[in-house]
Amino acid sequence: MTPQANLTVFAPVTAGREDALRSLLESMNTQPGAANALNGLIPFGALGELHFARLVILDDPTLGDCALYHLPRPNYPVYLALLCDFDGSFDAFVKKLVQVAAEGLRRIFTHCTDFDPALDLERWLKTHHVRPATCYVNWVGRTMLEVREESALTDALRAFMSANPAVANLEPRQLHQSLRNFAAAEQKAGRLTLTAEKATPLGWVIGNFLHLIGVPLALLALAPFLLLYAPIYVLLLRSKERSDPEFAPRPDAEHAARLSALEDYDVTNQFSAFGSIKPGLFRRWTLIFLLWVIDYTARHIYRHGRLARVNTIHFARWVFIDNKNRLFFASNYDGSLDSYMDDFINKVAFGLNVVFSNGIGYPTTNWLALDGAKDEQKFKYYIRRHELPTEVWYNAHPGLTALDLARNRLIRQGLENAAISEMELQQWIQIL
Amino acid sequence: MAKNASVDFADMQGLLRFGYAKLTEASFLLLRIRDAAAARAWLAAAPVSTAEYQSPPPAAALQIAFTSEGLRVLGLAGDVLAGFSAEFLAGMSSDRSRSRRLGDTGNNAPQYWQWGGAARVPHVAAMLYAREGGLGAWTQTVKGVGWDAAFEVMDCLPTSNLYGVEPFGFTDGVSQPTIDWEQQHMMRDPNEPVLDYSNLVAPGEFLLGYPNEYYRYTDRPLLSDESEGASILPGAEDRTGMRDLGRNGSYLVMRQLAQDVRGFWKFANGQANGDADERRQLAQAMVGRTLKGDPLAQAAERPITGVDAEDAAQNGFTFDADANGTRCPFGAHIRRANPRTNDLPGAENHLISKLVHTLGFEDGSFRDDVISPTRFHRLLRRGREYGPGLTQQEALEPAPSDDPERGIHFISLGANISRQFEFVQSAWLMSSKFGGMTGESDPLLGNREPISGCPVTSGFSLPREGSAPRRLEGLPQFIAVRGGAYFFLPGIRALRYLARER
Ligand code: HEM
Repeated sequence: MTPQANLTVFAPVTAGREDALRSLLESMNTQPGAANALNGLIPFGALGELHFARLVILDDPTLGDCALYHLPRPNYPVYLALLCDFDGSFDAFVKKLVQVAAEGLRRIFTHCTDFDPALDLERWLKTHHVRPATCYVNWVGRTMLEVREESALTDALRAFMSANPAVANLEPRQLHQSLRNFAAAEQKAGRLTLTAEKATPLGWVIGNFLHLIGVPLALLALAPFLLLYAPIYVLLLRSKERSDPEFAPRPDAEHAARLSALEDYDVTNQFSAFGSIKPGLFRRWTLIFLLWVIDYTARHIYRHGRLARVNTIHFARWVFIDNKNRLFFASNYDGSLDSYMDDFINKVAFGLNVVFSNGIGYPTTNWLALDGAKDEQKFKYYIRRHELPTEVWYNAHPGLTALDLARNRLIRQGLENAAISEMELQQWIQIL
Repeated sequence: MAKNASVDFADMQGLLRFGYAKLTEASFLLLRIRDAAAARAWLAAAPVSTAEYQSPPPAAALQIAFTSEGLRVLGLAGDVLAGFSAEFLAGMSSDRSRSRRLGDTGNNAPQYWQWGGAARVPHVAAMLYAREGGLGAWTQTVKGVGWDAAFEVMDCLPTSNLYGVEPFGFTDGVSQPTIDWEQQHMMRDPNEPVLDYSNLVAPGEFLLGYPNEYYRYTDRPLLSDESEGASILPGAEDRTGMRDLGRNGSYLVMRQLAQDVRGFWKFANGQANGDADERRQLAQAMVGRTLKGDPLAQAAERPITGVDAEDAAQNGFTFDADANGTRCPFGAHIRRANPRTNDLPGAENHLISKLVHTLGFEDGSFRDDVISPTRFHRLLRRGREYGPGLTQQEALEPAPSDDPERGIHFISLGANISRQFEFVQSAWLMSSKFGGMTGESDPLLGNREPISGCPVTSGFSLPREGSAPRRLEGLPQFIAVRGGAYFFLPGIRALRYLARER
């Protein structure tokens, strides 16, 4: 298995150069928000291991919400974020990225304060990479190569059955055999490839194992302290939940229109959101702790197709910036924003509540996990208001949802399984 | 939260409670306001029908609804208007992103509509219903004096009586949500999942001013007690000192959908190689019901809340027992339009099971739990047919050169256009990815337009017991959108407020 990794670069934009940067980024698109795969600046399409990428200007229009806590509007820079999700190692990807896009990256990042074209670009990108607090990958270890091969396989099998209705009508065992023969012939003829999975890098296996046991051990070690502190924590939490102000007005129409103009061309959409964390150590530590726990579940539990009940998210991450005073969230999800938010509310409200309730203005929660997002309308306003337009977005597999990818994989696995059991066979034919 | 006052039928337009099935003649007048004062005067006197029972039943009815532009022209203050939902304010056709989501692309794009596109958005819809033979006289009565000064008739949408059948030949109006008028189910904890599909739906899903399925009040314009003229409006249940312009009102979505009835039956006939039984079965699979309206899915073991004994044969079912779609295809129109899912599919009513399912730990097919709970996405349908009927036999014959248009004036009511109509239309009906499928959208409604990365959306899969699904390809477009708009159907007092003299 080749696990995925990510690049998450944040760089402050030079004051006054935002507009120039915005129009430069726009030049990378074929339609609003959607990158040309072979644009002249970063030809994403030339990076075969890349799943998703985006460039976002992080200019938070809700910064003024600090006034709810009688705090002055803080003076944070506007950032440019470059996000990539890819197969293989971080180092190898950054190297390759610089190889194919050095010139374009320089043109983009010269709009940032601490960039100097004379610098070593690879090093610069690495020093500006911020490790996300939480990463979610829909299917750990499913490479772009597999995505492409398995999608081609499904298409080929379907085309074959549609051209040969008699085959489609065969009883399951014969159908299985017939499709296996077909796929083998196609592979021989070079029209299909089904590359075998590579060995998992040893370093990753060890690191992952240490993480798997390390986090519970750390929790165990912390347990006496956590338990001791728990009653005080609960008291503090309840008092804050009673007094924290809600602020979730309807987003203004222009902002909403700017966002929706970027959506629903493809079956998958991007989502970028930004906000300030409630002042004080209580919320900050709560958030650090919970994102750490969620990261653990994403790494070791929700590895194959769903994040709790949600099966529409391809990649997501939460990133702290500005001394953990602000939190950035980015995801790639299937369906429209409304259905995404409905999933949030109806399926994983608890998960969103425990994280986002630490953000200024979030609809009031109880016991951290309850209510909050269940205030449907306020929650939707809150989400939309904190969302930022994603200037450039690249999806290496447009038209394929996470469920498509899961199904295509099941189709391949069933096909390759010569000794498929009767029961598996019955299920397998239903997804063809 | 204030104690829920009982529902006030006298303050509600009748369409929320009745389909006016006995009033078999109807026409929908789409109006532009000529003169706001004259329009207000006419509206103040209009004989609008309420939701109270009448005995004997009425011989005619009138319903009035407004687009946001209509309310503005009528003189509603901008800050009050701004309290309506964003979708209503923007309108059905105003924005390309919305059109993309609704599938109004290609030849369905608003620029080709007969009404409702950019320059032809109506202000008011006057919906007239009458007993057979009575519509002409009722129209005259309704218009009365002052009509011509008030309005210009932009379009008159006639309807026809096909005796309970829509133009393809299927019984229509079979499944409707039952509104929980007594609000018996209202006191539940919104954090608790509802484990059974229920057809009994909170009034706030259809009426503004009442708690919805989240036990919350949907946003709508509220005015302070002191604001001019507001004293005739009902008080807001959730905000003291405020008057509720939305209360007892609803949003009404209207879409004129032309049906290619000949195309539909010819396609089915071709796939069935001319076999009449198979042709019918195929058409029924596309709908998910028989021509007579019986469900293809099997009856549920337990009664379903909100489906009474009389209705049980036709609506006492869910798709739980048909996990592979072999009885009713996943893509069938009614399975898309109302998948009858609960909040936590597969979970049993004890803590461990609920926890396991909430955390997504159950194992099962990759298709499990991919569809949103339906109780948040219900529509109260009030559409009417138009154009002459055609039998299956007639439909298979060549079309005469002057074949008239036929179809449905689709009408649905709901308190939240984006969560109800728009969601059902986009995430369920038009989506080529509904329920883990690919390459197919609603067999009746799909526009068959390619989308990014999916060149084909015109398939239809028929799962079969013991063999691979049969996949139909190249479904033609059977439905063309001819017009559409979002309206507000005000309560009676709200209507008086809108029509007051200034
Ligand atoms: C010309 C277009 C359409 C035709 C011919 C059509 C036909 C039908 C038929 C025959 C039924 C089954 C009978 C019944 O329950 O009434 C039905 C049900 C339904 N349709 Fe449509 N329909 C059309 C458009 C739409 C649209 C545009 C929507 C929503 C956006 C919609 C939503 C529904 C719903 C919610 C049901 C009830 C499903 C249930 O609760 O079981 N339909 N339709």
